[in-house]
Amino acid sequence: MIPDLGKYADTVMWSYVVSIALLVALIVFSVMRGRKVRAEMEKVEQRMTRNG
Amino acid sequence: MSIAAKANALWEYANPRKFLATSERVMPFFWITSIACIVVGLIWGFFFTPDDYKQGSTVKIIYLHVPAALMAINCWLMMLATSLVWLVRRHHVSALAARAAAPIGIVMTLIALATGAIWGQPMWGTWWAWDPRLTSFLILFLFYLGYVALWEAIEDPDTAADLTSVLCLVGSVFALLSRYAVNFWNQGLHQGASVMRAAAVTGADTEEKVSNIYFYPLLLCMIGFVLLFIALVLYRTGTEIRARRIKALLARERVNG
Amino acid sequence: MIALLLRDLKLALRAGGGFGLGLAFFLIVTVLVPFSVGPQSSLLSTIAPGILWLGALLACLLSLDRLLALDWEDGSLDLLATAPLPLESVVTIKALAHWLTTGLPLVLAAPFLGVLLNLPVPGFSWLVISLLIGTPAMSVIGTFGAALTVGLKRGGLLLSLLVLPLYVPTLIFGAEVARRGAMGMETQTPLLMLAGITAATIALLPFASAAVLRINLR
Repeated sequence: MIPDLGKYADTVMWSYVVSIALLVALIVFSVMRGRKVRAEMEKVEQRMTRNG
Repeated sequence: MSIAAKANALWEYANPRKFLATSERVMPFFWITSIACIVVGLIWGFFFTPDDYKQGSTVKIIYLHVPAALMAINCWLMMLATSLVWLVRRHHVSALAARAAAPIGIVMTLIALATGAIWGQPMWGTWWAWDPRLTSFLILFLFYLGYVALWEAIEDPDTAADLTSVLCLVGSVFALLSRYAVNFWNQGLHQGASVMRAAAVTGADTEEKVSNIYFYPLLLCMIGFVLLFIALVLYRTGTEIRARRIKALLARERVNG
Repeated sequence: MIALLLRDLKLALRAGGGFGLGLAFFLIVTVLVPFSVGPQSSLLSTIAPGILWLGALLACLLSLDRLLALDWEDGSLDLLATAPLPLESVVTIKALAHWLTTGLPLVLAAPFLGVLLNLPVPGFSWLVISLLIGTPAMSVIGTFGAALTVGLKRGGLLLSLLVLPLYVPTLIFGAEVARRGAMGMETQTPLLMLAGITAATIALLPFASAAVLRINLR
Protein backbone atom coordinates (compact mmCIF):
# COMPACT_ATOMS: atom_id res chain seq x y z
CA MET A 1 0.00 0.00 0.00
CA ILE A 2 2.64 2.50 1.07
CA PRO A 3 4.89 3.25 -1.88
CA ASP A 4 8.56 2.43 -1.65
CA LEU A 5 10.14 5.55 -0.26
CA GLY A 6 13.69 4.26 -0.37
CA LYS A 7 16.23 5.45 2.15
CA TYR A 8 14.32 8.66 2.83
CA ALA A 9 11.22 6.92 4.18
CA ASP A 10 11.65 8.35 7.67
CA THR A 11 12.13 11.87 6.39
CA VAL A 12 9.00 11.83 4.25
CA MET A 13 6.84 10.11 6.84
CA TRP A 14 7.93 12.45 9.60
CA SER A 15 7.18 15.57 7.59
CA TYR A 16 3.73 14.26 6.77
CA VAL A 17 3.04 13.22 10.35
CA VAL A 18 4.26 16.51 11.83
CA SER A 19 2.45 18.72 9.32
CA ILE A 20 -0.84 16.88 9.41
CA ALA A 21 -0.71 16.71 13.20
CA LEU A 22 -0.17 20.48 13.37
CA LEU A 23 -3.01 21.15 10.93
CA VAL A 24 -5.38 18.83 12.76
CA ALA A 25 -4.41 20.38 16.09
CA LEU A 26 -5.13 23.85 14.72
CA ILE A 27 -8.53 22.81 13.41
CA VAL A 28 -9.45 20.92 16.58
CA PHE A 29 -8.43 23.78 18.83
CA SER A 30 -10.31 26.30 16.72
CA VAL A 31 -13.47 24.20 16.73
CA MET A 32 -13.23 23.46 20.45
CA ARG A 33 -12.86 27.12 21.34
CA GLY A 34 -15.59 28.04 18.85
CA ARG A 35 -18.02 25.57 20.45
CA LYS A 36 -17.22 26.77 23.94
CA VAL A 37 -17.64 30.44 23.08
CA ARG A 38 -20.86 29.81 21.19
CA ALA A 39 -22.36 27.89 24.13
CA GLU A 40 -21.29 30.58 26.54
CA MET A 41 -22.81 33.31 24.39
CA GLU A 42 -26.12 31.50 24.27
CA LYS A 43 -26.06 31.12 28.03
CA VAL A 44 -25.33 34.80 28.57
CA GLU A 45 -27.91 35.90 26.00
CA GLN A 46 -30.58 33.71 27.58
CA ARG A 47 -29.84 35.17 30.99
CA MET A 48 -30.02 38.68 29.55
CA THR A 49 -33.43 38.11 27.95
CA ARG A 50 -34.76 36.51 31.11
CA ASN A 51 -33.62 39.41 33.25
CA GLY A 52 -34.81 41.91 30.67
CA MET B 1 -27.05 55.35 27.39
CA SER B 2 -26.85 58.34 25.14
CA ILE B 3 -28.20 58.30 21.60
CA ALA B 4 -24.73 58.44 20.10
CA ALA B 5 -23.58 55.48 22.15
CA LYS B 6 -26.75 53.59 21.19
CA ALA B 7 -26.20 54.25 17.51
CA ASN B 8 -22.63 53.18 17.92
CA ALA B 9 -23.62 49.96 19.64
CA LEU B 10 -26.17 49.28 16.93
CA TRP B 11 -23.59 49.76 14.23
CA GLU B 12 -21.20 47.53 16.06
CA TYR B 13 -23.85 44.89 16.30
CA ALA B 14 -25.28 45.03 12.80
CA ASN B 15 -22.20 44.37 10.78
CA PRO B 16 -20.86 41.45 12.78
CA ARG B 17 -24.31 39.88 12.66
CA LYS B 18 -24.35 40.12 8.89
CA PHE B 19 -20.84 38.69 8.81
CA LEU B 20 -21.88 35.76 10.96
CA ALA B 21 -24.93 35.00 8.84
CA THR B 22 -22.98 35.15 5.58
CA SER B 23 -20.01 33.18 6.87
CA GLU B 24 -22.29 30.46 8.29
CA ARG B 25 -23.72 30.06 4.80
CA VAL B 26 -20.47 29.88 2.84
CA MET B 27 -18.32 28.07 5.38
CA PRO B 28 -19.43 24.50 4.57
CA PHE B 29 -18.35 25.05 0.96
CA PHE B 30 -14.88 26.14 2.02
CA TRP B 31 -14.45 23.34 4.57
CA ILE B 32 -15.51 20.61 2.16
CA THR B 33 -13.61 21.81 -0.90
CA SER B 34 -10.46 22.62 1.06
CA ILE B 35 -10.30 19.25 2.78
CA ALA B 36 -11.16 17.50 -0.50
CA CYS B 37 -8.39 19.39 -2.32
CA ILE B 38 -5.81 18.67 0.38
CA VAL B 39 -6.72 15.00 0.70
CA VAL B 40 -6.77 14.41 -3.06
CA GLY B 41 -3.61 16.47 -3.59
CA LEU B 42 -1.68 14.73 -0.84
CA ILE B 43 -2.79 11.24 -1.88
CA TRP B 44 -1.98 12.01 -5.48
CA GLY B 45 1.39 13.42 -4.53
CA PHE B 46 2.24 10.78 -1.97
CA PHE B 47 1.20 7.64 -3.84
CA PHE B 48 1.19 8.49 -7.52
CA THR B 49 4.19 10.68 -8.25
CA PRO B 50 7.62 9.24 -9.01
CA ASP B 51 10.74 9.98 -6.99
CA ASP B 52 12.96 12.78 -8.09
CA TYR B 53 16.20 11.57 -9.65
CA LYS B 54 18.25 13.73 -7.29
CA GLN B 55 16.18 14.08 -4.14
CA GLY B 56 14.62 10.65 -4.08
CA SER B 57 11.31 10.35 -2.30
CA THR B 58 11.89 13.52 -0.25
CA VAL B 59 10.42 15.49 -3.13
CA LYS B 60 7.03 14.43 -1.76
CA ILE B 61 7.52 16.86 1.13
CA ILE B 62 6.97 19.68 -1.33
CA TYR B 63 3.20 19.12 -1.19
CA LEU B 64 3.18 20.30 2.40
CA HIS B 65 6.18 22.58 2.55
CA VAL B 66 5.39 24.96 -0.29
CA PRO B 67 1.66 25.48 0.44
CA ALA B 68 2.42 26.09 4.12
CA ALA B 69 5.13 28.62 3.27
CA LEU B 70 2.77 30.29 0.80
CA MET B 71 0.07 30.64 3.43
CA ALA B 72 2.52 31.80 6.10
CA ILE B 73 3.28 34.86 3.98
CA ASN B 74 -0.23 35.39 2.60
CA CYS B 75 -1.64 35.23 6.12
CA TRP B 76 0.56 38.15 7.14
CA LEU B 77 -0.52 40.07 4.03
CA MET B 78 -4.15 39.44 4.91
CA MET B 79 -3.52 40.67 8.45
CA LEU B 80 -1.84 43.77 7.04
CA ALA B 81 -4.87 44.48 4.84
CA THR B 82 -7.40 43.93 7.62
CA SER B 83 -5.33 46.04 10.02
CA LEU B 84 -5.39 48.88 7.52
CA VAL B 85 -9.15 48.53 7.09
CA TRP B 86 -9.58 48.65 10.85
CA LEU B 87 -7.41 51.75 11.22
CA VAL B 88 -9.14 53.60 8.40
CA ARG B 89 -12.75 52.40 8.55
CA ARG B 90 -12.99 51.22 12.18
CA HIS B 91 -14.70 48.03 11.06
CA HIS B 92 -14.64 45.71 14.07
CA VAL B 93 -14.90 42.48 12.10
CA SER B 94 -11.73 43.49 10.29
CA ALA B 95 -9.65 43.78 13.46
CA LEU B 96 -11.06 40.53 14.80
CA ALA B 97 -10.27 38.77 11.51
CA ALA B 98 -6.64 39.83 11.85
CA ARG B 99 -6.61 38.47 15.37
CA ALA B 100 -8.22 35.23 14.23
CA ALA B 101 -5.70 34.79 11.42
CA ALA B 102 -2.51 35.19 13.45
CA PRO B 103 -2.48 31.73 15.09
CA ILE B 104 -3.11 30.17 11.68
CA GLY B 105 -0.04 32.03 10.44
CA ILE B 106 1.97 30.69 13.36
CA VAL B 107 0.98 27.11 12.53
CA MET B 108 1.71 27.59 8.82
CA THR B 109 5.13 29.05 9.60
CA LEU B 110 5.80 26.16 11.98
CA ILE B 111 4.84 23.61 9.32
CA ALA B 112 7.07 25.32 6.77
CA LEU B 113 9.98 25.44 9.23
CA ALA B 114 9.48 21.89 10.50
CA THR B 115 9.14 20.27 7.08
CA GLY B 116 12.07 22.38 5.91
CA ALA B 117 14.24 21.15 8.77
CA ILE B 118 13.22 17.52 8.27
CA TRP B 119 13.83 17.88 4.56
CA GLY B 120 17.09 19.71 5.01
CA GLN B 121 18.57 17.01 7.20
CA PRO B 122 19.18 14.43 4.43
CA MET B 123 19.55 16.99 1.61
CA TRP B 124 21.90 19.51 3.17
CA GLY B 125 23.23 17.37 6.00
CA THR B 126 21.86 19.77 8.60
CA TRP B 127 18.54 20.52 10.24
CA TRP B 128 19.06 24.20 10.16
CA ALA B 129 21.15 26.58 8.07
CA TRP B 130 21.14 30.34 8.25
CA ASP B 131 20.00 30.50 4.69
CA PRO B 132 18.16 33.72 3.80
CA ARG B 133 14.84 31.98 3.29
CA LEU B 134 15.03 30.04 6.52
CA THR B 135 16.13 33.06 8.47
CA SER B 136 13.35 35.21 7.05
CA PHE B 137 10.81 32.64 8.14
CA LEU B 138 12.24 32.53 11.62
CA ILE B 139 11.89 36.31 11.82
CA LEU B 140 8.34 36.06 10.49
CA PHE B 141 7.63 33.51 13.21
CA LEU B 142 8.89 35.97 15.85
CA PHE B 143 6.65 38.68 14.42
CA TYR B 144 3.64 36.39 14.68
CA LEU B 145 4.51 35.50 18.27
CA GLY B 146 4.88 39.16 19.25
CA TYR B 147 1.63 40.05 17.51
CA VAL B 148 -0.36 37.34 19.27
CA ALA B 149 1.29 38.12 22.61
CA LEU B 150 0.32 41.78 22.28
CA TRP B 151 -3.30 40.86 21.55
CA GLU B 152 -3.39 38.60 24.58
CA ALA B 153 -1.74 41.14 26.87
CA ILE B 154 -4.13 44.07 26.43
CA GLU B 155 -7.45 44.13 28.24
CA ASP B 156 -9.43 46.70 26.28
CA PRO B 157 -10.37 45.21 22.88
CA ASP B 158 -10.32 48.51 20.97
CA THR B 159 -6.92 49.50 22.33
CA ALA B 160 -5.61 46.03 21.55
CA ALA B 161 -6.95 46.26 17.99
CA ASP B 162 -5.34 49.67 17.48
CA LEU B 163 -1.98 48.73 18.92
CA THR B 164 -1.70 45.42 17.10
CA SER B 165 -2.69 47.11 13.85
CA VAL B 166 0.12 49.64 14.21
CA LEU B 167 2.50 46.83 15.14
CA CYS B 168 1.41 44.95 12.03
CA LEU B 169 2.12 47.96 9.81
CA VAL B 170 5.50 48.75 11.36
CA GLY B 171 6.34 45.06 11.51
CA SER B 172 5.61 44.64 7.80
CA VAL B 173 8.08 47.36 6.90
CA PHE B 174 10.71 45.80 9.13
CA ALA B 175 9.95 42.29 7.85
CA LEU B 176 10.60 43.51 4.31
CA LEU B 177 13.75 45.24 5.47
CA SER B 178 14.91 42.10 7.26
CA ARG B 179 14.37 40.10 4.09
CA TYR B 180 16.84 42.31 2.23
CA ALA B 181 19.21 42.54 5.18
CA VAL B 182 19.28 38.77 5.55
CA ASN B 183 19.95 38.30 1.84
CA PHE B 184 22.84 40.69 2.06
CA TRP B 185 24.18 39.25 5.29
CA ASN B 186 24.27 35.68 4.13
CA GLN B 187 26.00 36.51 0.87
CA GLY B 188 28.52 38.38 2.92
CA LEU B 189 29.11 35.52 5.32
CA HIS B 190 28.86 32.29 3.36
CA GLN B 191 30.02 32.44 -0.19
CA GLY B 192 29.94 28.66 -0.27
CA ALA B 193 26.27 28.53 0.61
CA SER B 194 25.32 28.76 -3.07
CA VAL B 195 25.84 25.02 -3.31
CA MET B 196 23.26 24.58 -0.64
CA ARG B 197 20.89 27.09 -2.10
CA ALA B 198 21.02 25.28 -5.42
CA ALA B 199 19.84 22.17 -3.63
CA ALA B 200 17.05 24.01 -1.88
CA VAL B 201 13.82 23.24 -3.65
CA THR B 202 12.00 26.35 -2.55
CA GLY B 203 10.49 29.34 -4.25
CA ALA B 204 12.38 30.41 -7.32
CA ASP B 205 14.19 27.11 -7.61
CA THR B 206 10.88 25.33 -7.71
CA GLU B 207 9.74 27.11 -10.83
CA GLU B 208 12.45 25.56 -12.97
CA LYS B 209 12.70 22.26 -11.28
CA VAL B 210 9.18 21.12 -10.65
CA SER B 211 7.90 19.42 -13.76
CA ASN B 212 4.25 18.86 -14.55
CA ILE B 213 4.15 15.52 -12.76
CA TYR B 214 4.74 17.30 -9.48
CA PHE B 215 3.04 20.53 -10.40
CA TYR B 216 -0.60 19.43 -10.59
CA PRO B 217 -0.82 17.76 -7.17
CA LEU B 218 1.17 20.69 -5.75
CA LEU B 219 -1.29 23.15 -7.27
CA LEU B 220 -4.17 21.17 -5.80
CA CYS B 221 -2.54 21.28 -2.37
CA MET B 222 -1.92 25.00 -2.67
CA ILE B 223 -5.56 25.64 -3.56
CA GLY B 224 -6.57 23.39 -0.69
CA PHE B 225 -4.42 25.33 1.77
CA VAL B 226 -5.82 28.66 0.58
CA LEU B 227 -9.39 27.40 0.98
CA LEU B 228 -8.59 25.87 4.37
CA PHE B 229 -7.14 29.20 5.46
CA ILE B 230 -10.31 31.01 4.39
CA ALA B 231 -12.50 28.48 6.18
CA LEU B 232 -10.43 28.74 9.34
CA VAL B 233 -10.38 32.53 9.27
CA LEU B 234 -14.16 32.68 8.80
CA TYR B 235 -14.72 30.21 11.61
CA ARG B 236 -12.24 31.79 14.02
CA THR B 237 -13.47 35.31 13.27
CA GLY B 238 -16.96 34.12 14.18
CA THR B 239 -15.57 32.83 17.46
CA GLU B 240 -13.85 36.16 18.14
CA ILE B 241 -17.04 38.09 17.38
CA ARG B 242 -18.99 35.92 19.83
CA ALA B 243 -16.29 36.24 22.49
CA ARG B 244 -16.41 39.99 22.03
CA ARG B 245 -20.20 39.98 22.33
CA ILE B 246 -20.05 38.00 25.55
CA LYS B 247 -17.66 40.57 26.95
CA ALA B 248 -19.95 43.44 25.89
CA LEU B 249 -23.03 41.75 27.33
CA LEU B 250 -21.34 41.03 30.63
CA ALA B 251 -20.13 44.62 30.82
CA ARG B 252 -23.66 45.89 30.20
CA GLU B 253 -24.98 43.52 32.85
CA ARG B 254 -22.52 44.91 35.35
CA VAL B 255 -23.47 48.50 34.52
CA ASN B 256 -27.20 47.80 34.81
CA GLY B 257 -26.67 46.23 38.20
CA MET C 1 11.86 70.86 24.62
CA ILE C 2 15.29 71.37 26.07
CA ALA C 3 13.82 71.51 29.54
CA LEU C 4 12.22 68.11 28.96
CA LEU C 5 15.49 66.69 27.68
CA LEU C 6 17.39 68.03 30.68
CA ARG C 7 14.77 66.67 33.04
CA ASP C 8 14.99 63.21 31.49
CA LEU C 9 18.77 63.24 31.62
CA LYS C 10 18.78 64.34 35.23
CA LEU C 11 16.30 61.64 36.20
CA ALA C 12 18.31 58.97 34.41
CA LEU C 13 21.50 60.01 36.18
CA ARG C 14 19.92 60.38 39.57
CA ALA C 15 17.95 57.15 39.54
CA GLY C 16 21.22 55.44 38.67
CA GLY C 17 19.28 52.71 36.89
CA GLY C 18 19.25 53.46 33.20
CA PHE C 19 22.69 54.93 33.08
CA GLY C 20 24.73 52.33 34.93
CA LEU C 21 22.68 49.27 34.12
CA GLY C 22 23.31 49.20 30.39
CA LEU C 23 27.03 49.76 30.77
CA ALA C 24 27.32 47.11 33.48
CA PHE C 25 25.47 44.63 31.32
CA PHE C 26 27.70 45.40 28.33
CA LEU C 27 30.75 44.84 30.52
CA ILE C 28 29.40 41.56 31.87
CA VAL C 29 28.68 40.18 28.40
CA THR C 30 32.10 41.00 27.01
CA VAL C 31 33.97 39.78 30.06
CA LEU C 32 32.05 36.50 30.22
CA VAL C 33 32.35 35.63 26.53
CA PRO C 34 36.04 34.56 26.70
CA PHE C 35 35.23 32.32 29.65
CA SER C 36 32.52 30.58 27.70
CA VAL C 37 34.18 30.22 24.27
CA GLY C 38 37.80 29.84 25.36
CA PRO C 39 40.78 32.18 25.47
CA GLN C 40 42.20 31.63 21.93
CA SER C 41 42.91 35.12 20.69
CA SER C 42 42.34 34.22 17.02
CA LEU C 43 38.83 32.99 17.78
CA LEU C 44 38.09 35.99 19.97
CA SER C 45 39.22 38.51 17.38
CA THR C 46 36.97 36.84 14.77
CA ILE C 47 33.87 37.06 16.88
CA ALA C 48 34.73 40.33 18.68
CA PRO C 49 32.74 42.70 16.39
CA GLY C 50 29.66 40.50 16.59
CA ILE C 51 29.89 40.06 20.36
CA LEU C 52 30.36 43.78 20.95
CA TRP C 53 27.37 44.60 18.75
CA LEU C 54 25.25 41.97 20.41
CA GLY C 55 26.28 43.20 23.86
CA ALA C 56 25.40 46.78 22.96
CA LEU C 57 22.03 45.68 21.57
CA LEU C 58 21.13 43.64 24.64
CA ALA C 59 22.25 46.44 26.94
CA CYS C 60 19.94 48.77 25.01
CA LEU C 61 17.08 46.28 25.24
CA LEU C 62 17.56 45.96 28.98
CA SER C 63 16.98 49.63 29.65
CA LEU C 64 13.93 50.00 27.38
CA ASP C 65 11.17 49.18 29.83
CA ARG C 66 12.18 52.12 32.02
CA LEU C 67 12.04 54.46 29.06
CA LEU C 68 8.39 55.45 29.45
CA ALA C 69 7.18 53.33 32.36
CA LEU C 70 8.24 55.76 35.11
CA ASP C 71 6.56 58.71 33.41
CA TRP C 72 3.48 56.58 32.88
CA GLU C 73 3.26 55.57 36.51
CA ASP C 74 3.55 59.04 38.03
CA GLY C 75 1.22 60.54 35.44
CA SER C 76 3.67 62.92 33.84
CA LEU C 77 2.98 61.32 30.46
CA ASP C 78 -0.62 62.52 30.69
CA LEU C 79 0.67 65.99 31.39
CA LEU C 80 3.07 65.81 28.46
CA ALA C 81 0.26 64.67 26.19
CA THR C 82 -1.83 67.73 27.05
CA ALA C 83 1.14 70.09 26.87
CA PRO C 84 1.52 72.31 23.79
CA LEU C 85 4.48 70.24 22.68
CA PRO C 86 3.34 67.66 20.08
CA LEU C 87 3.63 64.08 21.25
CA GLU C 88 5.86 63.33 18.27
CA SER C 89 8.55 65.62 19.68
CA VAL C 90 8.04 64.20 23.15
CA VAL C 91 8.82 60.67 21.99
CA THR C 92 11.75 61.92 19.92
CA ILE C 93 13.18 63.63 22.98
CA LYS C 94 12.57 60.53 25.05
CA ALA C 95 14.48 58.51 22.47
CA LEU C 96 17.27 61.10 22.41
CA ALA C 97 17.53 61.03 26.20
CA HIS C 98 17.65 57.25 26.10
CA TRP C 99 20.39 57.38 23.50
CA LEU C 100 22.42 59.91 25.47
CA THR C 101 22.19 57.89 28.67
CA THR C 102 22.49 54.39 27.17
CA GLY C 103 23.64 54.43 23.56
CA LEU C 104 26.41 57.00 23.81
CA PRO C 105 28.10 55.46 26.89
CA LEU C 106 28.03 52.11 25.11
CA VAL C 107 29.71 53.63 22.06
CA LEU C 108 32.40 55.18 24.26
CA ALA C 109 32.94 51.98 26.24
CA ALA C 110 33.06 49.70 23.19
CA PRO C 111 36.74 50.33 22.22
CA PHE C 112 37.96 49.48 25.71
CA LEU C 113 35.97 46.27 25.74
CA GLY C 114 37.28 45.62 22.22
CA VAL C 115 40.76 45.39 23.74
CA LEU C 116 39.58 42.59 26.00
CA LEU C 117 38.32 40.64 22.98
CA ASN C 118 41.44 41.12 20.83
CA LEU C 119 39.60 43.21 18.27
CA PRO C 120 41.97 43.76 15.31
CA VAL C 121 43.37 47.30 15.20
CA PRO C 122 41.58 48.56 12.05
CA GLY C 123 38.32 47.37 13.60
CA PHE C 124 38.26 49.94 16.41
CA SER C 125 37.32 52.97 14.36
CA TRP C 126 34.73 50.99 12.37
CA LEU C 127 33.23 49.57 15.53
CA VAL C 128 32.81 53.04 17.02
CA ILE C 129 31.44 54.46 13.77
CA SER C 130 28.95 51.63 13.27
CA LEU C 131 27.76 51.83 16.87
CA LEU C 132 27.54 55.59 16.68
CA ILE C 133 25.30 55.33 13.63
CA GLY C 134 23.38 52.25 14.74
CA THR C 135 22.53 52.94 18.38
CA PRO C 136 20.19 55.89 17.66
CA ALA C 137 18.05 53.54 15.56
CA MET C 138 17.94 51.13 18.48
CA SER C 139 16.78 53.90 20.82
CA VAL C 140 14.06 55.05 18.41
CA ILE C 141 12.82 51.50 17.71
CA GLY C 142 12.96 50.82 21.43
CA THR C 143 10.83 53.87 22.12
CA PHE C 144 8.22 52.49 19.75
CA GLY C 145 8.26 49.17 21.61
CA ALA C 146 8.08 50.94 24.97
CA ALA C 147 5.12 53.01 23.74
CA LEU C 148 3.32 49.85 22.64
CA THR C 149 3.69 48.13 26.00
CA VAL C 150 3.54 51.14 28.31
CA GLY C 151 0.13 50.40 29.78
CA LEU C 152 0.88 46.81 30.66
CA LYS C 153 1.72 45.54 34.11
CA ARG C 154 4.55 43.23 33.18
CA GLY C 155 5.42 44.53 29.76
CA GLY C 156 9.14 43.82 29.97
CA LEU C 157 9.14 40.36 28.40
CA LEU C 158 6.58 41.34 25.77
CA LEU C 159 8.62 44.44 24.96
CA SER C 160 11.70 42.31 24.28
CA LEU C 161 9.70 39.93 22.09
CA LEU C 162 8.22 42.80 20.07
CA VAL C 163 11.47 44.69 19.64
CA LEU C 164 13.63 41.65 18.88
CA PRO C 165 12.59 41.19 15.23
CA LEU C 166 12.62 44.95 14.69
CA TYR C 167 16.29 45.06 15.71
CA VAL C 168 17.35 42.45 13.17
CA PRO C 169 18.17 44.72 10.20
CA THR C 170 20.10 47.18 12.37
CA LEU C 171 22.08 44.38 13.98
CA ILE C 172 22.85 42.72 10.67
CA PHE C 173 24.15 45.83 8.96
CA GLY C 174 25.86 47.26 12.05
CA ALA C 175 27.72 44.08 12.90
CA GLU C 176 28.57 43.65 9.25
CA VAL C 177 30.24 47.08 9.15
CA ALA C 178 32.26 46.28 12.27
CA ARG C 179 33.19 42.81 11.01
CA ARG C 180 34.26 43.98 7.59
CA GLY C 181 36.15 46.88 9.12
CA ALA C 182 37.99 44.51 11.47
CA MET C 183 38.96 42.30 8.53
CA GLY C 184 40.06 45.29 6.49
CA MET C 185 37.35 44.85 3.88
CA GLU C 186 35.24 47.43 2.07
CA THR C 187 32.50 48.71 4.41
CA GLN C 188 30.63 51.22 2.29
CA THR C 189 27.53 49.20 1.38
CA PRO C 190 26.51 48.03 4.87
CA LEU C 191 27.47 51.41 6.30
CA LEU C 192 25.14 53.18 3.88
CA MET C 193 22.36 50.70 4.61
CA LEU C 194 22.86 51.17 8.36
CA ALA C 195 22.80 54.94 8.01
CA GLY C 196 19.70 54.66 5.82
CA ILE C 197 17.87 52.57 8.40
CA THR C 198 18.80 54.97 11.18
CA ALA C 199 17.74 58.03 9.20
CA ALA C 200 14.46 56.43 8.16
CA THR C 201 13.58 55.22 11.66
CA ILE C 202 14.38 58.61 13.19
CA ALA C 203 12.27 60.34 10.56
CA LEU C 204 9.26 58.03 10.54
CA LEU C 205 9.01 55.93 13.67
CA PRO C 206 8.28 58.81 16.11
CA PHE C 207 4.94 59.25 14.32
CA ALA C 208 4.08 55.61 14.97
CA SER C 209 5.30 55.87 18.57
CA ALA C 210 3.23 59.00 19.18
CA ALA C 211 0.15 57.42 17.59
CA VAL C 212 0.56 54.35 19.77
CA LEU C 213 1.07 56.47 22.86
CA ARG C 214 -2.11 58.43 22.11
CA ILE C 215 -4.03 55.17 21.87
CA ASN C 216 -2.60 54.05 25.19
CA LEU C 217 -3.39 57.36 26.87
CA ARG C 218 -6.98 57.38 25.58
